[in-house]
Amino acid sequence: MAVEEGLKIELGKQGIFVTTIEELYNWGRRSSIWPMQFGLACCAIEMIATTMARYDLARFGAEVFRPSPRQADLMIVSGTVTKKMAPQVVRLYNQMAEPKYVIAMGACAISGGPFKQGYNVLKGIDRYIPVDVHIPGCPPRPEALLHAFMTLQKKIDGQHLTGEDRPRHLDAAAQGEFPVPVQGEHDLEPSSNPGVWPVPVVIQGSGHSKS
Amino acid sequence: MNVADKLGAFEGSKNHPEGWNRPPVIEPDGEGELLEVAMGPHHPSTHGVFRMDVALDGERVIRLKPVFGYLHRNHEKIAEGINYLGSMPFTDRLDYICPLTNNWAYALAVEKLTGQEVPERAEYLRVILGELTRVQNHASAIGFLIQEMGASGTPLMYAFREREKILDLFEALTGARMMVNYMRFGGCRVDATEGWLAATRKVVAGLPGFADEMDRLLSSNEILMARTQGVGILRPELAVNAGITGPMLRASGVNYDIRKVDGYGIYNRFNFRVPLGEHWDVYDRYMIRLLELREAIKILEQALKDIPGGPVMDPKAKIRGFRPKPGEAYGRIESPKGELGFYLISDGGTNPYRYRIRPPSLINLTVLEDMALGENVADVVLIFGSVDIVLGEVDR
Amino acid sequence: MKTVEEIKAAIEAAVPGAGVQIVPNPSVSGQHSLRLAPGHAVEVATFLRDELSFDFLSNATGVDWPDKEVTEKVKVTRQVTKAVDGVETPVEETVEETRKSVQPGCLEAVYHLYSVALKQGPLTLRMRTVNRTDQVELPSFTPIWRSAEFQEREIFDLFGIVFTGHPDLRRLLMWDGFKDHPMRRDYVEPDDFEYEPTAHDEVLKRAQAHRAAQEHAVAGREGTGAGQ
Repeated sequence: MAVEEGLKIELGKQGIFVTTIEELYNWGRRSSIWPMQFGLACCAIEMIATTMARYDLARFGAEVFRPSPRQADLMIVSGTVTKKMAPQVVRLYNQMAEPKYVIAMGACAISGGPFKQGYNVLKGIDRYIPVDVHIPGCPPRPEALLHAFMTLQKKIDGQHLTGEDRPRHLDAAAQGEFPVPVQGEHDLEPSSNPGVWPVPVVIQGSGHSKS
Repeated sequence: MNVADKLGAFEGSKNHPEGWNRPPVIEPDGEGELLEVAMGPHHPSTHGVFRMDVALDGERVIRLKPVFGYLHRNHEKIAEGINYLGSMPFTDRLDYICPLTNNWAYALAVEKLTGQEVPERAEYLRVILGELTRVQNHASAIGFLIQEMGASGTPLMYAFREREKILDLFEALTGARMMVNYMRFGGCRVDATEGWLAATRKVVAGLPGFADEMDRLLSSNEILMARTQGVGILRPELAVNAGITGPMLRASGVNYDIRKVDGYGIYNRFNFRVPLGEHWDVYDRYMIRLLELREAIKILEQALKDIPGGPVMDPKAKIRGFRPKPGEAYGRIESPKGELGFYLISDGGTNPYRYRIRPPSLINLTVLEDMALGENVADVVLIFGSVDIVLGEVDR
Repeated sequence: MKTVEEIKAAIEAAVPGAGVQIVPNPSVSGQHSLRLAPGHAVEVATFLRDELSFDFLSNATGVDWPDKEVTEKVKVTRQVTKAVDGVETPVEETVEETRKSVQPGCLEAVYHLYSVALKQGPLTLRMRTVNRTDQVELPSFTPIWRSAEFQEREIFDLFGIVFTGHPDLRRLLMWDGFKDHPMRRDYVEPDDFEYEPTAHDEVLKRAQAHRAAQEHAVAGREGTGAGQ
């Protein structure tokens, strides 16, 4: 049963705070997201610049960047994911404890970026793990990373504790561990995880392919 | 204990020809197994995705094998499929802390291939931007090195404060903070206004104070001195034989700075010194970077005083769709990391036939094993930090 | 610095039978190179390092020269029996024939040497393998210049040249189980592309090939399904 805003403010002036468990739970979680130190390439330098004194990320709750995946909530995949590195990325994601979130920062993490024609480049990290926020840019400005962080916070605020659309960590039947790809003779096997990334369907058109 | 039996997979092929410069074999003391640790590719101090397989006897390093390729983005193959100008944005992403010097090296190689002349104002602008890049690169390198010593980010914050001022200048001139795509074959893309030059003079006027601040805070810090002096020694003969370049070579006492040796661009007009190291250790590499920062400030002051007017691009130069005559060229510059060279083979078409980048960071890592043997594993992190690599360049 | 002709003369005086040729460079850079025969390459390199003070190997790389199909038109004179005025007589006929031959390609290793002691350079050296398929060995320069260690490993990884005498010849950039040599001109990339809405040029060709392969697979499955 939600309390209307005017009553909340009046009560708050008297020193009585009214809230719901869901709001409190989400407020605590979104105000203290600890990212994992996971910089791959050039976007990592912009990520470091975001944590420095000019565009301070710590004021949003990301006080420390934890090197260990067990202690981190957020993985900011910043930089090109290559096929040699992809199994390690998925393993690290599996080792993070729930609830966990992924931000794909930069064009390379979203879809391969400028290096899309590469034989060693994975065309987007969302082929193997679910991504919550994508930030376009090459590299995205620090302000863009802050905006993405705030978008993630809004997303966490809107998560419900019960019901059909509750998040993965409250759903016992949801998939927790994602399969790690194996480096085969010519390519990664499998080349994508169909549960996470729906392979685009090529529709007959006027010589162009649509997905 | 027979080291070769214990190391197993570390040995690789057993071809050890006589008389080559191989790293010394350190005998572990005591009995027992060697501990094999993979440091990386996800590690807080490996400057990116880089892996070192170390075999440890207690804390001492017996063998170290670097593993690369985690950021191999096939730049060279992509460059064979696009034209010469199309590779310019990719060179930004090689050594992503110094994009302007990468652009300059590529433009220089193509100008060597075709014989294009560069107008004077463009040469001065190239020197100004190159030296600004050197300042922010050396400041960041010192900041990262001290962070790995445990200083938890504070010197890095000071370095990034200056870096942000310089990135603001880059953004005002080229349109981007990092991936600038600014140099062209035969000049620069956009001219600098008087307002930009005045802003640059203001930033450069504040840089000596920054260098003094870093010096005062760090150089006589007893923790820094205790941890870095005598650690990671690199002999000059090995450095030259292993192809080391840049501040690492000069910290080993070898007087070889490509700005003085080749005299590319207009560097022979500027008055600057080349600092050399005497003890060849990590502390020398830190001091060399600080001293080169001061020399770069000197060059900047001279260039900003003398910059002439004129065009920044030869108006008759053809940039798009240009086909150089068949042939090849190797052009190199002194980038903040070392000798960055581009080797181009042209077959007369719009795309290069072979495009090769000579990466200073990869070749500087050849002696990582030599410097780290016998040291403690905590010092390996420092030695690695003093090499100052960027993975985008190592793996291309 | 001495010119390439002087260096060639010095090498031939010191290492007899070295097999050195000058490869001129038609571009403006004027960086002519010396092609070495693999047989005596190590002795030549030792001579260059010790006597001529080229103590710094700056760059080592590989180049792929694929097999070239050469078509030439040849005039062939043959004796043909033809009917002339109703009588079969042998007549000489000249016919133009097109002959196709394959010039075998090779892999090449290129080295750039500098001298730190005398502040000179660059000197370009080249070595060619016999062919691209089975005879791909070249001598390694790692015992002479340590900086070739990682660069020759990279040439082995990306081009496939096997360097005899290299202490640790493994792949450098790709993972150990990888089977191809990616920088060769005939390397086919794996089909893992994303199909963008506005495909063009190369991407359009690949999208069409992928679509054709998908339809073939779907038709195959439907065929077996219908046949049940």
